[in-house]
Amino acid sequence: MNIVVCVKQIPDPAAPASLDPTTHNLDRTGKLILDEADTYGVEMALQLVDKAGAGEVTVVSMGSSADLSGVRNALAMGAAKAIVVSDDSLRGTDALGTAKVLAAAIKRVNPDLVLCATESSDGYTGTVPVQVAEILGLPSVTFAKSVTVDGSTVKVDRQTDGGYDEVTSPLPAVVTVTAGVVEPRYASFKGIMAAKSKPVEELTAADLGLAGETGAAGAGQEITSVVAAEARAAGEKHTDEGDGADKIVAFLESIKVL
Amino acid sequence: MSNIWVVVEPANGALTTTSLELLTHARTLGGTVSAITWGGQGAALAAQAGEYGATTLHDAGDLGGALPGAPVAGAITGLIASAGAPDVILIPTSYDGRDIAGRLSAKLNTGVLTNVTGYSADGATEHPVFGGTQIVKARFTSGGPGIVVIRAKSFAAESAGGAPASVNSIASGDLGATNSAKIVASHVEERVGPKLEEAAVVVSGGRGLGEASAYALIEEAAKLLNGASGASRAIVDAGWVPYSKQVGQTGKTVKPTVYIACGISGATQHMVGMKGSKNIVAINKDADAPIFQIADFGIVGDVHKVLPALIEKLKSR
Repeated sequence: MNIVVCVKQIPDPAAPASLDPTTHNLDRTGKLILDEADTYGVEMALQLVDKAGAGEVTVVSMGSSADLSGVRNALAMGAAKAIVVSDDSLRGTDALGTAKVLAAAIKRVNPDLVLCATESSDGYTGTVPVQVAEILGLPSVTFAKSVTVDGSTVKVDRQTDGGYDEVTSPLPAVVTVTAGVVEPRYASFKGIMAAKSKPVEELTAADLGLAGETGAAGAGQEITSVVAAEARAAGEKHTDEGDGADKIVAFLESIKVL
Repeated sequence: MSNIWVVVEPANGALTTTSLELLTHARTLGGTVSAITWGGQGAALAAQAGEYGATTLHDAGDLGGALPGAPVAGAITGLIASAGAPDVILIPTSYDGRDIAGRLSAKLNTGVLTNVTGYSADGATEHPVFGGTQIVKARFTSGGPGIVVIRAKSFAAESAGGAPASVNSIASGDLGATNSAKIVASHVEERVGPKLEEAAVVVSGGRGLGEASAYALIEEAAKLLNGASGASRAIVDAGWVPYSKQVGQTGKTVKPTVYIACGISGATQHMVGMKGSKNIVAINKDADAPIFQIADFGIVGDVHKVLPALIEKLKSR
């Protein structure tokens, strides 16, 4: 069973984020890391391939930076190889353009299953996996909280508003996994060393025949301005001296909740 | 803006609240509002769609257990081919809404804007970023109808007292393999008390609780206040509570009378989902936690001491 996991390298969420004042693109010049949301898909893929007893995991990523440390992290977890589409012209690519690039890269692998996070932690558009599925002509199941493969069928427990649905789909298919679906492993020292020599195929949008459909020029929308939101002022703050609960009760009474 | 389409989601024989919010807002854009639904219950939903401003309700029919993303996007594509494209298609942010938007965007080769909290007649969208401290304004540049995916509670739902919408059946066309994901069983998790999105009081827990078992305190406090229990992404990711409890960018948007954040530091991802609460109470041992910057009432203290004490006070009332 061959599985592709789409991963994204994002600015470290712990560092303060900012938008470029002219292009309004997210500043990605700092160090990039593997989006934590993607580690669940990588782990899930590794477990499914393990269970199948044959096949491998390929990570596919798109970005505008030559920094590959996030992708190497996924390889260190156990993925066999990577395809990275990266060139400067990809800066400002929108969700649909991203999906076109990822779909073209995924086609080169022809996998049985494509796993993605439900959304990235920096752009959180949340449509890319389904756009990829549509471009590839595949079924998709989003918001999986459990994934099992039985022969040529994938079975998914899909999150709903009031609980979950059991969904089945023939393979190949695209599945998005929620965080917490599995416990992602930490890369071992051996894994980190092995990742350094694993194959990483580096491509450009032009290599995939997608020049002109990517970047800000290929995007179907643009940011026109960024303004400060209406600020919410801080109110009272008290240090608990054993009377914290009393104070909260008094506050709840003052707003007539009690 | 002359022609506005709104995707409205059926749930238990009625339209979801977010669908009604979108219909209400669509009326203010100065054009004809048409609604698009599925499930073959068009006649039953037409009164509600019409009451909130739709003149026509297009129904993609019974989907035969298929997930709605592919067939509903197919039906909308077909409707555009026969009736012409609208100026904009508004879709609720929901599990199925995002699927429909993604499929439709790829089918029409047109842009999609998500996490939208404001939309005006000139086509400008508003998106909160960086924990809602800044608002990004955007617009479509490509031809074809813009697809706008709008977050719950961005607008208030108000009836316009309109007559029932006329029902029109639409067909999905040939979808090939894309339509082959099927629901084989549905499970409803038992819920005590009000729904998280509708509760007047929400008590939420975060990493500061220390361990999964401490979440019982959150549930007890919520129950005593006739409220709902919520969670930060951190403890959902850790597997302490199900995703359905998550409040934030990725999870639910809540606007209760009072939101009580316990052991939640206030990551930007969380703030977007609860910043609109009428009152915010925070309990956190870190006096510099970002949550205090937006809390109306903050207690700097150990949640393991303050919360049990609060539960005792509430019990004795």
